[in-house]
Amino acid sequence: MINPPIPTPEIDSDVSEEILLDTLTDHDSVEREFTVEQRTQWKTIARRFSRHKPAMVSLVVFTLLVLFAFIGPYLWKYKYDQVLKKPAGASNDWIRPSWNHPFGVQKGYDVLALVMRGTQYSIRIALVVVVLSVTFGVIVGAVAGYFRGGVDNALMRFTDLMLVIPYLAAVAALQRNVKGSTWLYLSFFLAMFAWMGIARVIRGEFLSLREKEFVEAARSVGASAPRIIFRHILPNTIGPIIVNATLAVGAAVLGEAALSFLGLGVKPPDTSLGKIIEVGKGKATTYPNEFWWPVLVLCLISLTINFIGDGLRDAFDPKQNRVRA
Amino acid sequence: MSDEVAPILSVKDLTVEFPTDDGVVKAVRGVSFDVRPRDVLGVVGESGCGKSVSSMAIMGLLPKSARITGSIKFRDRELIGLKPKELRAVRGRQIAMVFQDPMTAMNPVYRVGWQLGEAIKAHNKHFDKKQVRSRSVELLNMVGIPQASTRVDNYPHEFSGGMRQRVMIAMAIANNPDVLIADEPTTALDVTVQAQILEMLIDLKDQLDAAIVLITHDLGVVAGITDRMQVMYAGKVVESGTAEDVFYTPRMPYSIGLLGSIPVHTQDPAAGARLKPIGGAPPSLINVPPGCPFSPRCPLSDGTLCETVDPPLLRVGPGHVAACHHSDELAAMEDPLRLFSATAVPE
Amino acid sequence: MFSFIVRRILVSIPLLFLASFIAFILVVNTGDPLEDLRTKINVPKGQIALQEHRLGLDKPFFERYFSWLTHAIHGDWGRTIKDKAVWDQISRSLGVTLKLVVFAEICSVLIGVTIGIISAVKQYSWFDHGATTGSFLLYSLPVLAVGSFLKFFLAIRLNRLLGREKNPLLKTIGESTANFCTVRKPQNCGLIPATTDFLTHAALPTLTLVLITFAGYARFARATMLETLNADYVRTARAKGLDEKRVILKHAFRNALIPVVTVVSIDFGGLIGGAILTETIFEWKGMGRVLVDAVTKVDPNLLLCWFAVTAIAVVLFNLVADILYAVLDPRIRL
Repeated sequence: MINPPIPTPEIDSDVSEEILLDTLTDHDSVEREFTVEQRTQWKTIARRFSRHKPAMVSLVVFTLLVLFAFIGPYLWKYKYDQVLKKPAGASNDWIRPSWNHPFGVQKGYDVLALVMRGTQYSIRIALVVVVLSVTFGVIVGAVAGYFRGGVDNALMRFTDLMLVIPYLAAVAALQRNVKGSTWLYLSFFLAMFAWMGIARVIRGEFLSLREKEFVEAARSVGASAPRIIFRHILPNTIGPIIVNATLAVGAAVLGEAALSFLGLGVKPPDTSLGKIIEVGKGKATTYPNEFWWPVLVLCLISLTINFIGDGLRDAFDPKQNRVRA
Repeated sequence: MSDEVAPILSVKDLTVEFPTDDGVVKAVRGVSFDVRPRDVLGVVGESGCGKSVSSMAIMGLLPKSARITGSIKFRDRELIGLKPKELRAVRGRQIAMVFQDPMTAMNPVYRVGWQLGEAIKAHNKHFDKKQVRSRSVELLNMVGIPQASTRVDNYPHEFSGGMRQRVMIAMAIANNPDVLIADEPTTALDVTVQAQILEMLIDLKDQLDAAIVLITHDLGVVAGITDRMQVMYAGKVVESGTAEDVFYTPRMPYSIGLLGSIPVHTQDPAAGARLKPIGGAPPSLINVPPGCPFSPRCPLSDGTLCETVDPPLLRVGPGHVAACHHSDELAAMEDPLRLFSATAVPE
Repeated sequence: MFSFIVRRILVSIPLLFLASFIAFILVVNTGDPLEDLRTKINVPKGQIALQEHRLGLDKPFFERYFSWLTHAIHGDWGRTIKDKAVWDQISRSLGVTLKLVVFAEICSVLIGVTIGIISAVKQYSWFDHGATTGSFLLYSLPVLAVGSFLKFFLAIRLNRLLGREKNPLLKTIGESTANFCTVRKPQNCGLIPATTDFLTHAALPTLTLVLITFAGYARFARATMLETLNADYVRTARAKGLDEKRVILKHAFRNALIPVVTVVSIDFGGLIGGAILTETIFEWKGMGRVLVDAVTKVDPNLLLCWFAVTAIAVVLFNLVADILYAVLDPRIRL
């Protein structure tokens, strides 16, 4: 040791490292220690997140939207595929919003029911996209960042390549030929072109984390590469993964909506917010309810997801609270 | 303190507080000291004790959110509350500063000559390009940069760490300051370079007639070169005196703890075998408990007085003050430096 | 510097070839271009075979690809399913799109970066809070919503307010008025009326793009400036006694410029394919329209050329970003 050790908490970290080294030979105790560590960490993160007012409000609103989309259809008196007939003696205005049809009626269907189902599809598509793209992106990023060298080079060139191809156009081209139920294919295609961002983030995290002492310690006791990647490094990247996955939900909802709005996304019998907006766009001024309600829901999803992502980022990485001394 | 020379820099009851989300951090809690011309004052303490914050307060470089009270006088002129423009005229001209990490303290996108020239120009508006350049080369020569006339056109990343710190010092002395504050100037450097940099600082002090405030956590750094030392802990000065006073007759257990963490050559295997860290960690500066801030870590703590009354700085010798209820006991001890070996090394 | 650029170009070329191959796979899987023809009754077999041959559909995959590639390299982008020159159509649409996106992007960058810098310098001021909240909201809103709002809500009300319902000042459809300059309306012919006509059409789509884009730059510029403002070298600059203007512009901003310029130049590469929604909402006949047409009608050569143009733009501006980065940061070895 070159510098005299200063009586500061640095000493403590030396000690804890020793403990870590000792216990590393016994995997179970390491895992127990990790979970204890994580539980307290989760608590502080939850506390920080709960202090982020817009994020908390957004979480409530988003939860309500999810309930609206998934539970709503069971509670609402009209079904999305229920053909409505003009009630006897009613004027032509019966398709305008009323107590009976708060969002109005579109081509004989209740718009509220349609919007509920569209929201449901939009969220469903987004979730599939996020699960697939985040999983793939994390694996690519982790492998590239951990092994470096040729593997990293090859994977990152592949990532660059995928970024060169405009994703809306690529997904549109693939989606054109799909027949039948389209939403699952669409999710899959969207995911194919949505994993690159998170792969880059995770690669960066791995590049720096793989040099840390605890990884060296694990390596020195002979832990295998998959074990180091999944047990030691990956848990430390959970923050960026959660933040990016959250923001990816918003991006997927918007991407899907954009494609369907262009007429290149989901096709009947499936639907989505974008699809409903596309159908309603011709009547944006004459029958605004058919157009603006789904637009509003789309805005709400995008806004709340972004606020939640922002709150999570602050919770995981509270840089702004640090005071320079 | 019986000093006939008037201090050039005088700090009185300085406090600095930062409001944060978790509460108000009281980073500096009533610090007073004087710096006389050509003096070398060593300020020692572990990270977070307020030594850097005090120096930033003197420079007026603290963020706007900082709440500063007390008085900082330079040649009888109050610096606290000065208008930004007036303060700028002091900064870099009368009081200059050398920072800890020369890797990040220089702007990576400009040549060192440009950055030096900027420091010169800031206080010598009438200099033309030629004068600025020749002064830059002269400064680089003063701090011992070889081939200064060509190196002046290099970028910071083309210098080694030690050389960069020399350039930083050249920037600090560009306008012949009266006080040079060096905040951990050698911490980020290789040990072999540390001594050279310190030696150069002392040489420059004589050449420039400047006073130096040397801030460090490393007692070994200040040992040979300071006239006076003060030890800081938890935002306060806990002991102050000549270097000899603090080294040989420390009257505050924390100073002894710091001394115990310097590796020494000794014949006694029991004393020299292991460095003696101080157990525990400094108190949170958000809710500072009453009593002596060091008491939870102190082997002399009596558990009653120490934990209820914060000891004031009391005179324990000529020009030597310490803040400890038990400084008499330390004076009576045969070998106070062994104080911490009595306690077990904390796990 | 020269060798650096050459090296970067050499890296980009294989990337483009690989991208073209992937695009080809996508296009082949888009569907059958002759689907309409085949499902029609009474179409002679010979005619279908003729069309198949003309579009190269009768050749195996790799032969088709290399044939397309060699022609493309020589500047021959082939013909559409309607037997028109692909490049004519693409170049016309490209012109329309560029007229919209380039000006909008420049405005967004200037507005965004300025707001970001002021926000960072005056962190936690009312301006900062306002700008941060405002740009967060705009950044989070879908283009669809912003564009539709401007078109269906703002334009109509503004035109009514100006008493110009018959001849609206803000036009919401197309990039120019159809049959604007004819023999019967000679007063409309000439540069000034044409420009005025274009501006009334371009105002709302440009505003849409600016609103959704500037917010991102404002956020990025603010974050970058906050980082550089807290950097050690900025503290050194202050310690020298420099005035605040110099500290902010010469030190903090000069360093913040490096990532900002990089991001802006990369974004420029994505512009051509990036305004599809805005173009669609305001019904411009730009690259967005070409894409929608090429996909719905399954027009392989048109779609391939579309992919090629957008991919070349992306790669080209990535190259520009690299070069600018190297120019701005002396630590990068050329």
